[in-house]
Amino acid sequence: MEFTRRETLAVGAAAVVATALPLPALASTDDAIAAFTGGADVADGGVDLDAPEIAENGNTVPIEVGAEGAVSIMVLAAGNPTPGVATFNFGPMAGATRAKTRIRLAGTQDVVAVAKMADGSFAKTSKTVKVTIGGCGG
Amino acid sequence: MAKGVRPRVKVPKSASAGDVITIKCLISHKMESGQRKDKDGNKIPRSIINNFTCTFNGETVIDVKMEPAISTNPYFEFDAKVPESGEFKFVWNDDDGSVYEETKAIEAA
Repeated sequence: MEFTRRETLAVGAAAVVATALPLPALASTDDAIAAFTGGADVADGGVDLDAPEIAENGNTVPIEVGAEGAVSIMVLAAGNPTPGVATFNFGPMAGATRAKTRIRLAGTQDVVAVAKMADGSFAKTSKTVKVTIGGCGG
Repeated sequence: MAKGVRPRVKVPKSASAGDVITIKCLISHKMESGQRKDKDGNKIPRSIINNFTCTFNGETVIDVKMEPAISTNPYFEFDAKVPESGEFKFVWNDDDGSVYEETKAIEAA
């Protein structure tokens, strides 16, 4: 099978479009939340999520999560190839239920924090972070 | 064991009993995500630290489950109670089964 010059250009352009399409896998984020909560209702708000509005480099984005009375907090990046980032479990010697870390983001996307409270309820906060250089290789 | 892994932990040397202190820890590790490809197009296998725990005299302060989206040289900052003098123990678990440990004593007045 031979391509004419025009067909070759068309195929090339299609390939570029295919790779440029965003990769968000929202369904798997919902799955991850459901696995964490066991299907319980998740209230909006009540979790402090501090992340920069614009991250120049997606390889290391500083974030801070915290929630009053939480026993564990899960952080998800909705637009990464795999949404899981980290789950913080706070023990009896934790001075405050907050933690800071640095994460990778593949591109501009929502970062989601889901907290499990001591009374068994769940709360969720999300924040959009703009990323100029992605951090997941590829 | 991954090469060049070195934990660094910052804990105050002393505190008043009952104080809450901030602990910062960093471990040098490449945290290969399993998503990158080498120049021949083969996937570079995942190699990360998947768990981090901090305990004070055997009681948990924080236990973190880590996924590949944690940056190279994982950094954590968190707060801990210091009811008495004792020892903080930090443990990192690597995908390859290696365990990296660090301990820091603290004097509570």
